[in-house]
Amino acid sequence: MELNRLTIIECHDGLKKGDFTSVELTQACLDRIKKRNKKINAFISVFEKEALEEAKKADEMIATDRQQELTGIPFAVKDAINTIDRRSTGGGKILDNYISPYEATVITKIREQGAVLIGKNNCDAFGHGASNEQSMYGPVRNPHDEKHVSGGSSGGSAVSVADHQCIFSIGEDTGGSIRQPASFCGVVGLRPSYGRNSRYGIMPMASSLDTVGPLTKTVEDCAIVQKIIEGRDKKDATTVETQDIASSKKKLRVGVPKEYFNVEGMDEEVKKIIEGKIQKLGKNKKIEIMPVSLPMTKYAIPVYYLVVPSEDSSNMGRLDGVRYGVQAKHKTLYDLYAKSRAEGFPEEVKRRIMIGTYALSAGYYDAYYKKAQKVRTLIRQDFERVFSDPDGSASGGVGVDLLVTPTSPFPAFKVGEKKDDILAMYLADVLVAPAAVAGLPAISVPAGKTKKGLPVGLQIIGNRLEEEKIFQLADFI
Amino acid sequence: MKLTPQEVEDIAKLARLELSVKEKKMYAEQLSVVLDYVEILNEVDTDGVEETCQVTGLEDVVREDKIIECDEETKKKIIDQFPEKMGKLLKVKAIFADEK
Repeated sequence: MELNRLTIIECHDGLKKGDFTSVELTQACLDRIKKRNKKINAFISVFEKEALEEAKKADEMIATDRQQELTGIPFAVKDAINTIDRRSTGGGKILDNYISPYEATVITKIREQGAVLIGKNNCDAFGHGASNEQSMYGPVRNPHDEKHVSGGSSGGSAVSVADHQCIFSIGEDTGGSIRQPASFCGVVGLRPSYGRNSRYGIMPMASSLDTVGPLTKTVEDCAIVQKIIEGRDKKDATTVETQDIASSKKKLRVGVPKEYFNVEGMDEEVKKIIEGKIQKLGKNKKIEIMPVSLPMTKYAIPVYYLVVPSEDSSNMGRLDGVRYGVQAKHKTLYDLYAKSRAEGFPEEVKRRIMIGTYALSAGYYDAYYKKAQKVRTLIRQDFERVFSDPDGSASGGVGVDLLVTPTSPFPAFKVGEKKDDILAMYLADVLVAPAAVAGLPAISVPAGKTKKGLPVGLQIIGNRLEEEKIFQLADFI
Repeated sequence: MKLTPQEVEDIAKLARLELSVKEKKMYAEQLSVVLDYVEILNEVDTDGVEETCQVTGLEDVVREDKIIECDEETKKKIIDQFPEKMGKLLKVKAIFADEK
């Protein structure tokens, strides 16, 4: 048995029964990383010695009846999330030497259970990208076909789970950065409702959209990790107390928004796989499928690429080489900033800083940022309508519980294919950006593979704080 | 919306980013493409629509404004990260000299 191939639940049971130890399980993951990392590059840092020490401690916990759900289970963390006393580069050279003196709340919650932190995942620098080609530590390769990208920005997280280099990973999703790579790599990835999981200790990109969530091998595993990391945190003022809203109704009402199937560049094979899945769901007596319309869908990407760079350009201001990170050689104060940032950021980070600086500059604020924030309201109202009363008559004035869509219009593209076509790259997020802009939870679950063997993900979008319903439906996929 | 390399240089200066000649040319083209693309938002009537600034509905989340002491170990870790230091102090360039 290859221990690294197990799920969280299988690991937990095996550790409990004494079938294997956490040290053995951790070693199996470390061996897999050693064998694969040079080629597919899912990790920026691997903490071999520390992980084995943590595993030994976990084994002691288990031996003395102190086992919790995640005790002894090796996990990885996107490098743009701070882990105490461990290198956290965020995928950018400006933090190449950065050892975080503090830790993200969600990671502390996981580690307090005795989970084993095995390493930090490669990612597009500070979350800027949709293919992991914007990491300054090289692109991540898709384990299903190494000529293809992993997706991004949490590409290393998705690949490390798909390729069994760890049991689960924690990533971030601002506009699709968990769901899109999960879809490309054939794993489960959840973007929680904005405010459900604390972002304290996450390197921020767009503060009004950033979320942090799990990437796992199964839906059950995803629900386990989500339960552990969620909840109000005094250190993140946007977090809310959560309660589970499972559907007590006999039937889940599931809407299929037609706009999500007609976007430009929609791959026919992907469309067929998702429609097939929906048809199958429709045969389930506990599910009722109905068509709905979300006419504002096409505006999510332009809104996203104004709101995100605007917030981003100010968030990136903290990375200036003054208090931490890598300082470039300089003569003047201006050079200190300008050269450290020039050398420490990849192309996409610079591009977004420039777009944001322009959109917020005098004379343009109303035309760009303010306009985008208004359209954002209309996108939210679009969703509110289908969750309460989609177009009146057909549904009898009752809203849908959930929406199902493809996660991405196409499977993983080739490394280099879209790197220089920035609009094409931005549009890769066309089906994941709307829920993000509206602050809604959404999951990507594997729905099948193309003839060439590339995974296709199905996205389930829920109403705010209704993750439980998402898990209910995801269990049927 | 066409941006010139000079405009790009001005934005880069505001953003404290040094760009090469090649980068200035590239970003002038790419930023123009993005700014043209987002024009699509102008076809949406937003008269009387409120802006979405947050999605949680939370209001006035406050905490007491007090000093919370940081332990010595953490202080040392933070100081260890300083690129340039004198003892426990962060060393920075004079801010009024040499301003470009």
